[in-house]
Amino acid sequence: MSLNFFRTLQEKPWLQPDAVLPERVMDRSDINPKKLPLIVFLGIVSVFFFLFLITFLARSQYPDFQALAGETWQPFYHPQQLWINTGLLLIACVALQVALMATRRQNIHTAQIALCLALLFTLQFGAAQLLLWRHLYKLGFYMASNPANSYFYLLTALHGLHLIGGLFVLVPVILRSFGFFRPATTAPQQRPLQPPRQQQLQYSLELCALYWHYLFVIWLLIFFFNASSPAVYKTLAALCGY
Amino acid sequence: MPHVAIADQTSELHDPRSFITKYIWSQDHKVIAIQYALTAIGVGLIALVLSAMMRLQLGFPDTFDFITPNAYLQFVTMHGMIMVVYLLTALLLGGFGNYLIPLMIGARDMVFPYLNMLSYWTYLLSVLILLASFFVPGGPTGAGWTLYPPQAILPGTPGVDAGIVLMLVSLAVFIIAFTMGGLNYVTTVLQARTHGMTLMRMPLSLWGIFTATVLGLLAFPALLVSAIMMALDKLIGTSFFMPAIVSLGEQLDYTGGSPILFQHLFWFFGHPEVYIVALPAFGMVSDVLAVHARKNIFGYRMMVWAIVIIGFLSFIVWAHHMYVSGMNPVFGYFFATTTLIIAVPTAIKVYNWVLTLWRGNIHLTVPMLFAIGFIFTFTHGGLTGLFLGNVVVDLPLSDTYFVVAHFHMVMGVSPIMVLFAAIYHWFPLVTGKRLHDGLGKLHFWITFLGTYAIYLPMHYLGFLGVPRRYFALGSTDFIPESAQTLNASITVSAIVVGLAQLIFIFNLIWTLRKAKPCSPNPWGAASLEWQTPNVPPRHGNWGQKLPTVYRWAYDYSVPGITSDFIPQNISEDAVIRDAETSGDVDDHSDKGSHT
Ligand code: HEM
Ligand SMILES: [Cu+2]
Repeated sequence: MSLNFFRTLQEKPWLQPDAVLPERVMDRSDINPKKLPLIVFLGIVSVFFFLFLITFLARSQYPDFQALAGETWQPFYHPQQLWINTGLLLIACVALQVALMATRRQNIHTAQIALCLALLFTLQFGAAQLLLWRHLYKLGFYMASNPANSYFYLLTALHGLHLIGGLFVLVPVILRSFGFFRPATTAPQQRPLQPPRQQQLQYSLELCALYWHYLFVIWLLIFFFNASSPAVYKTLAALCGY
Repeated sequence: MPHVAIADQTSELHDPRSFITKYIWSQDHKVIAIQYALTAIGVGLIALVLSAMMRLQLGFPDTFDFITPNAYLQFVTMHGMIMVVYLLTALLLGGFGNYLIPLMIGARDMVFPYLNMLSYWTYLLSVLILLASFFVPGGPTGAGWTLYPPQAILPGTPGVDAGIVLMLVSLAVFIIAFTMGGLNYVTTVLQARTHGMTLMRMPLSLWGIFTATVLGLLAFPALLVSAIMMALDKLIGTSFFMPAIVSLGEQLDYTGGSPILFQHLFWFFGHPEVYIVALPAFGMVSDVLAVHARKNIFGYRMMVWAIVIIGFLSFIVWAHHMYVSGMNPVFGYFFATTTLIIAVPTAIKVYNWVLTLWRGNIHLTVPMLFAIGFIFTFTHGGLTGLFLGNVVVDLPLSDTYFVVAHFHMVMGVSPIMVLFAAIYHWFPLVTGKRLHDGLGKLHFWITFLGTYAIYLPMHYLGFLGVPRRYFALGSTDFIPESAQTLNASITVSAIVVGLAQLIFIFNLIWTLRKAKPCSPNPWGAASLEWQTPNVPPRHGNWGQKLPTVYRWAYDYSVPGITSDFIPQNISEDAVIRDAETSGDVDDHSDKGSHT
């Protein structure tokens, strides 16, 4: 991809009238048309989370910062709850991947079951995160009482928003896999260009799977950052030049 | 998805019938572009009025009762923010980006027209939220467009209650709008180009718009992150940026946050923002120069590379805005160096513009005048930027009028020059009519000379040490009395320039209502947007069949052919040659080989 880009930059457009006439990318049926925008979007989200995490590191080096892990009396000294939540999200990811592979093999029934499981475990994850919030809140870890708490609530909340955004795509896809909404996608003028239903489902699932794997990776980062000890922050911050 | 890509279709689209679907809830990129442009120009005029009020205060202190010190700070802030974000970014990318991208690449529309429509309405919402802050108790924020904490959210700064919150919310909404638009632009450029339109055959306008969009998509998140954290500091009492602090004799609850952290985030957005505004301007001015000098752009490839390299470098220079905030000297050295390096590709671009003009067949049309004006103002502002990029020079000049003069030349006046060039240039495409020439020239000369009358003396005031963002100078030993005379003259020039914009608006209205339609491609431009079957293009742009592209966009003054340019969609066989040289292909096959 990037190599291609550099090759492109070396073309001499003034020398080649009439030369090759590349096809329109959109006319190619082997390209999932929404994949590129999704990758770009996830790129933007990455910058967003990356910036939060880098300020997290910087902020962790100020004396008023009390990490949520490290000491026995800190809530994430034994982060079992975090591990459980990780497991829930992981299962959701795997289920989506299974659904995708099943669709590729035209096995629509397996796909439907896997999709429902994915939805179920995603919701479970969301609920478990809420419980975690309540737990910490009861222990007296309020949002404003310490920057570490602030970051914990903020990052998990944003991750939750990201997840809810994903549900807006996943739920319609599930409904469509069960046969709802079909007429809407086939307005008369567009019919000839629409890929067949199975391929459309596969395209949508490719996007969902990518989105969920991404959610999972972000979650791991958030997990890592919130459950590390001050010593780890110090090393990382030193590496970043603070 | 119910909203399937229109750009995808090969058949002609039917024009929407009702007024509402055609002009209000339109998904046509051209209508959305005009909506963006009109909204942006509308708020821009508000910002212009605000600057006039600041100038009145500075030029004639103690004359206008309604301009209080607090109001002055609020004017400064709203003026700066509106100009940079809500006018320039929105007009260049939302307006021109929307209009030109599908037409220049030969698509029927953006890839996601519905998202595009949503982007405009979200942008409008952000503008309304911003303007609402004029009407809330306490008024808009007066924290300066940089919104530095802790002062931005502490008592003593105007608009500390509702104003700052509305500002942060409005910025967040704007960023959402921009992201929706930006995703569209990037995807459309990468996936919806017509047959034969390789990336390197795109006009430079598109390279500028495309790269700027990528920059925006990567830089705006930094502003969003800082807005979110600052809003939390303000509303919930977290201490992301707020240090332990005593305010009005009271120890506040904030613990030990870091205001410098905010500055890093802000300028990580803020510097690329300069190029988000500049790169589309660079691109569009290149095309205007080439068309009106009837010459291919000098060094097309180098121009593309320069755009891409500038885009990349703009992410590693941000701390040159923070020399006075203090930093590790090694970092200061690093950022000064990168800042000077970014001048290299920028200078290359300036050389290439000048070399495009050199021995060209220059037509001094109104767009060309503005484009040449841009070369002046931009070179001028760029050179003072080299001063300020050096730590030792910046320290005494920081926060003086020298800085105000510098950034107005480089990112205030210069992009505005290009915007005018672009409006005069593409107006016939958008409306089928040409703006009045005489009025245009009058508008140009007052604006261009007036700009110098305003900003040249400001450099001098800066050397004297006149500070920026000051309501009044008071009696200061190091500032001579005569500075006040200079200030009065600047104010008079500013008012004249401001009023001169009425000529432009009159010209727009007069042309729309009274002028006769002009020929479809009045400047004889080769790029694709002028080759649509109808001018102005209809919904769907290309009639029955998408165009095929055979060449780059700069085949001007090609020897041996009958007309002096070859449009991009004309194949080599279809070119009409002069009788005596027909068949002599070698004659022009190496055109442009100087690069
Ligand atoms: C006739 C046109 C303009 C005039 C007369 C004008 C005048 C001014 C004045 C008097 C100030 C305040 C200086 C101070 O007290 O510190 C200011 C600030 C500013 N202007 Fe303009 N301006 C004009 C156009 C523009 C444009 C087109 C831009 C677009 C980039 C712009 C961007 C800014 C910014 C960013 C600030 C700084 C605000 C701050 O300090 O927070 N201005 N302008
Ligand atoms: Cu900068």
